[in-house]
Amino acid sequence: MKPVNQKAWWLVMPVFLCVAFSAVLPLMTVVNYSVQDIISPERRVFVGTEWFASVMRDPDLHEALLRQITFSLSVLAVEIPLGILLALAMPATGWKSSAVLVLVALSLLIPWNVVGTIWQIFGRADIGLLGATLQGLGLDYSYTGNASHAWLTVLVMDVWHWTPLVALLGYAGLRSIPDAYYQAARIDGASKFAVFRYIQLPKMRGVLMIAVLLRFMDSFMIYTEPFVLTGGGPGNATTFLSQYLTQKAVGQFDLGPAAAFSLIYFLIILLMCFILYNWMQRVGTADKAEVGHG
Amino acid sequence: MARIDLDLAHSYKPDPLQDADYALLPLKMVFDDGGAYALLGPSGCGKTTMLNIISGLVQPSQGTVRFGGEDVTLKTPQARNIAQVFQFPVIYDTMTVAENLAFPLKNRGVAPERIKARVGKVAEMLELSGQLNQRAAGLAADAKQKISLGRGLVREDVSAVLFDEPLTVIDPHLKWQLRRKLKQIHRELKLTLIYVTHDQVEALTFADQVVVMTRGRAVQVGSADALFDRPEHQFVGHFIGSPGMNFLPAVLLPAAPAGAVTLGVRPEYVTLAREGDAGALPAQVLQVQDVGTYWLVTAQISSSALQNLVRMRLAPEANPPRRGDAVWLGLLGPRSCWYRADETLISEVNP
Repeated sequence: MKPVNQKAWWLVMPVFLCVAFSAVLPLMTVVNYSVQDIISPERRVFVGTEWFASVMRDPDLHEALLRQITFSLSVLAVEIPLGILLALAMPATGWKSSAVLVLVALSLLIPWNVVGTIWQIFGRADIGLLGATLQGLGLDYSYTGNASHAWLTVLVMDVWHWTPLVALLGYAGLRSIPDAYYQAARIDGASKFAVFRYIQLPKMRGVLMIAVLLRFMDSFMIYTEPFVLTGGGPGNATTFLSQYLTQKAVGQFDLGPAAAFSLIYFLIILLMCFILYNWMQRVGTADKAEVGHG
Repeated sequence: MARIDLDLAHSYKPDPLQDADYALLPLKMVFDDGGAYALLGPSGCGKTTMLNIISGLVQPSQGTVRFGGEDVTLKTPQARNIAQVFQFPVIYDTMTVAENLAFPLKNRGVAPERIKARVGKVAEMLELSGQLNQRAAGLAADAKQKISLGRGLVREDVSAVLFDEPLTVIDPHLKWQLRRKLKQIHRELKLTLIYVTHDQVEALTFADQVVVMTRGRAVQVGSADALFDRPEHQFVGHFIGSPGMNFLPAVLLPAAPAGAVTLGVRPEYVTLAREGDAGALPAQVLQVQDVGTYWLVTAQISSSALQNLVRMRLAPEANPPRRGDAVWLGLLGPRSCWYRADETLISEVNP
């Protein structure tokens, strides 16, 4: 018999503790809240899955979820192609490339709440550059009064804030393509579009996958910027999931429903990321011979 | 297919002042139609630059490139109809092997059934038929390199196939197979092949004509035999052969012709001589190595104050001298080469 060495437990202990305290235990507190009705700190009642059932039936939540999905998909639909275009247009070498890199990265350095404030002022019809310009052009633009204006402003703000991230990732992907690929394409007589379609895009696949996942998760959890800019309004036009959750948990102190909701929220993000990741892993790598063989 | 004439110079710098600024010094070169050529030289000698100028990836800063007499200096690689295989396999990841092979034809608007026939033929020639529907990305390096080559061969009218150290990433045992394949293709298709390498064995076994290059200059163009027996430049003597040529000051030998500064003699042609023989010098053996197929003897000439080392190869059955022995080395023979001060060969020696 081989002697069993129990020392290995000590080696996994630090990770185990870290994960326990940073993720598992807080999550369990939420699970704990989600199955109880907390009437006062002393009085609590076990309610089973009741909160989950009521949250799932909540029409406000359905609306917020729909708004959220629309927003996240819009963010991806705009930021990914725009980021790729930006990456393709950025100079590859020399001082110009350094200068452009710094310029592009600037918006990423600004804290979320400052971004919200900047756009709040930027969009104001009386003193904001954007708002005043649009007013001057004869558009009745108001992100505080008009629901679609508010929604668009949040989207444009996110695009302004985060497209550079996609661009930087894409740029890194582009720079890692050896010159020989471009030379071979020239010799093969490939058009500019063919070079993009068959060399640049496939070679950027890895970084773009990261970009899509990051942008999806981040935009799905968006909170600070719309909170500062519109406060979720007008009406509920820009109330996204996390805002709705905060209203419930902090505003109304409905800990039970809020906990149930955040668990559902968490599962939605997990599920979406799982689907996205698997889909992107398969896109462009499936063996065509294998498809034929079933 | 066409004869390729180069008459050019190239510098990557905008205004070259001295020789060192040039990647390629002014040169004239002819590659005959259907020949197998190798450009051989150390890193940075300009061989890849010359290849890229032929393919049109680089435009020479002065002079012309002619294909079959037509000036193509300003034409694109596509217009020159050239094929090039790079050091690292270039394949289109998202495509199957068949799509990869079809790509150059598709870009040129060839009819689908014609493409299919060509791809089938080239795949058969390169032994890729079984993998046509597989994704190219999943294949081994040698198969990928065959695909890169195949993308050149699908075009029937290709002017020349250029190789830029194509076997660098291939396993040694597959190198032989691939090189044999290249030879076979050369025989079958009678294409002009130009092959860049820094490996003399690769160059000498592949090519009919080897162009030896150093510091932007093509110092000799010739067959393997010519490069070995009559190196026209000291660099060729030094670069080709293992070990390279021995060089000694001509003043050591009374038989030196007028103008000769250096004597070059291959280790293979140094003999053990008797004391006082004509063309022999006394030496002391410093080292005797058994290299397996021959003895490698290193000796120092005793008649000079300078450290003049001579290496000689002796057959395995020969009885080699021992370390420390005093010997006489026969250095002069029909295959001794005399060089001028500028390191070039004195071709006519009158005794």
